[in-house]
Amino acid sequence: MASPLLDVHELCMRFGGLTAIDALSFVADAGKITAVIGPNGAGKTTVFNCITGFYRPSSGGIGLAVPGGGRLALERMPGHRIARQARVARTFQNVRLFAGMTVLENLLVAQHNVLMPNVVDGLLAVFGLGGHARAERAALDRARFWLDAVALTARADDPAGTLPYGAQRRLEIARAMCTRPILLCLDEPAAGLNPRESEELSDFLRRIRDGAGGEPGCSILLIEHDMGVVMRISDHIVVLDHGKKISDGPPDAVRADPLVIAAYLGEGDEDETPAPSREAAG
Amino acid sequence: MASRKGAGGALVDAGLSALVAIGVFGVIVGLKTDSGPTSLVLVPRPWTVAIAAGLVFLGRLALLGWRAWRPAGTPAPRRLIRLGGSAGRFATPVLLLFALTLPAYAGRYWLDLGVLVLTYVMLGWGLNIVVGLAGLLDLGYVAFYAVGAYSYALLAQNFGLGFWTCLPLAGLLAACWGIMLGFPVLRLRGDYLAIVTLAFGEIIRIVILNWVSLTNGPNGISGIPRPTLFGLTFSMGGGPGTFAGFFGIEPDISQRVMFLYYVILGLALLTNWVSLRLRRLPLGRAWEALREDEVACRALGINVTTTKLTAFAIGACFGGLAGAFFATRQAFISPESFTFMESATVLAIVVLGGLGSQLGVALAAVVMIGGSEMFRDLAEYRMLIFGGALVLMMILRPRGLISVRLPSVALGQARKIAAGVLAQGRG
Repeated sequence: MASPLLDVHELCMRFGGLTAIDALSFVADAGKITAVIGPNGAGKTTVFNCITGFYRPSSGGIGLAVPGGGRLALERMPGHRIARQARVARTFQNVRLFAGMTVLENLLVAQHNVLMPNVVDGLLAVFGLGGHARAERAALDRARFWLDAVALTARADDPAGTLPYGAQRRLEIARAMCTRPILLCLDEPAAGLNPRESEELSDFLRRIRDGAGGEPGCSILLIEHDMGVVMRISDHIVVLDHGKKISDGPPDAVRADPLVIAAYLGEGDEDETPAPSREAAG
Repeated sequence: MASRKGAGGALVDAGLSALVAIGVFGVIVGLKTDSGPTSLVLVPRPWTVAIAAGLVFLGRLALLGWRAWRPAGTPAPRRLIRLGGSAGRFATPVLLLFALTLPAYAGRYWLDLGVLVLTYVMLGWGLNIVVGLAGLLDLGYVAFYAVGAYSYALLAQNFGLGFWTCLPLAGLLAACWGIMLGFPVLRLRGDYLAIVTLAFGEIIRIVILNWVSLTNGPNGISGIPRPTLFGLTFSMGGGPGTFAGFFGIEPDISQRVMFLYYVILGLALLTNWVSLRLRRLPLGRAWEALREDEVACRALGINVTTTKLTAFAIGACFGGLAGAFFATRQAFISPESFTFMESATVLAIVVLGGLGSQLGVALAAVVMIGGSEMFRDLAEYRMLIFGGALVLMMILRPRGLISVRLPSVALGQARKIAAGVLAQGRG
């Protein structure tokens, strides 16, 4: 019943002699949370960077099903067009907010393309032309909605850089959601959160997936090391190791997969790292 | 420290400082070589050394006294910022009123100085868009100033166009050059961007210098027409069609200066209005976001290329307008007027004023341009005082005179954002 939203086909990414991703294929379904997991350096963030246009893949294809029908080839689009036309939003492993701008401004910058469809409109707005005031009011309403959703309304006028870490993570997700995405890519959203915050994050991500308060649901692609979060919310899990897919399926099946256990616990391999740490994952 | 040791300790400390001063100044200042009848003679100047040492003694004493008196708790810079914050509310209207009424009581010299200062205020505000908002370090801003000036001069000379027709054209041409500079430097950041823009400024100047058939090379262009007020000229003849003739008053050179003053004031205020307005619009917000984090901008679907190019173009446009004004005011331009020193001065005004702060830039222009004019009598010491002031400034207010940022939009009460969290832009 679920239709594929994103399909990655034979994706390869080489940096000089290093093959970071090797012929990776997987499918993320619409309306689901798909998790990409794997030990450090497995190539998870590289996959993200290919999907969101920060890297151009060496070979292979990334297709995104457009809601109206049709398919966009993401591997050929520049980064800002992936966010704008394909409507794929992302967050970063190390939070990248506009620290010197307020929380509210962060959410308005995210709606830049709605507020300013082109440069001419942007310049006309200086003289109060082009219906900018109306667009700005709508953008503020949307920002308010997401401020409420991440419980940051009280801090809307504080600079984003002064928020506590957990709040910065939430704000980054809210900012990505303000771009009206159909696919949200989250790079380790639970990193550095305490257990209670992780619990709240899981609920929040489920709400994003299902849609609430007039917002349509949004599919999620997730990189995460916190297995509690991954197992709790994922509908589908893809496991990477050394740039290759070693397992793919629903959480229960993946958890029982001997290959996955071997990759994480290092069975007879040179890879001796027992448990994933939270930094510098590939 | 000094307070614990008491007055005696402070006196000893100041005395020691004076001794060091005597050691240093004794040789450097105390002995002067003069040409005697046959050879150089050494003239000792004990009093000069004594005065210098006395100044050091008193200065050290005053410093220690101030430290002892200073209430503990708030560090000095913090209190200065608070002082600046409360003064800022009144400074803008007072300054504006002062600028508007200046011609009523100022003489010719002051008005000329006012025109000069306002030109730099306008240039500062124009560059502030590029450097302060978008965070792109531009060391070649003078290029656009030159493009504007030469656009007007050449259009006026070759096609007989008037100032008011040429003004928008000069702005437009400068904006085109801004985009032309923007394209090759899109991928560059920080120091690399600074070097390329620096080179761009020099290229424009050298082309102007060497393209003799078009620009008359180093001889410059003279006889550039003066601006008119709805067709009325400000010539000294006083006949029909002149300002004085039309209003039936005695022609006077100060009428023209006054007119020029209001033209540049209007242009500067236009620059200010546009940049203040843009800051609150999506485009300006995107510039600031670009300064804060370019990668995040891309992830949000902002076209970094066009955003950077518009910053370059709009900044350049105001540089071009200021250039056209410069040409009409001087009635003569040559490549001499568009050296790197000008770029550096404008950048210094922006940095001193505080990146992104309109009031700060205006104050810095008044201090830098007005100050260096006032101290003209001091000849070579002028630069010394100037350099010293800059160093002092950077110690006391490393982020410029006014370094706080006001949010462009707020749900409740807009609060100032301290400079600490602001990014300065890496190009």
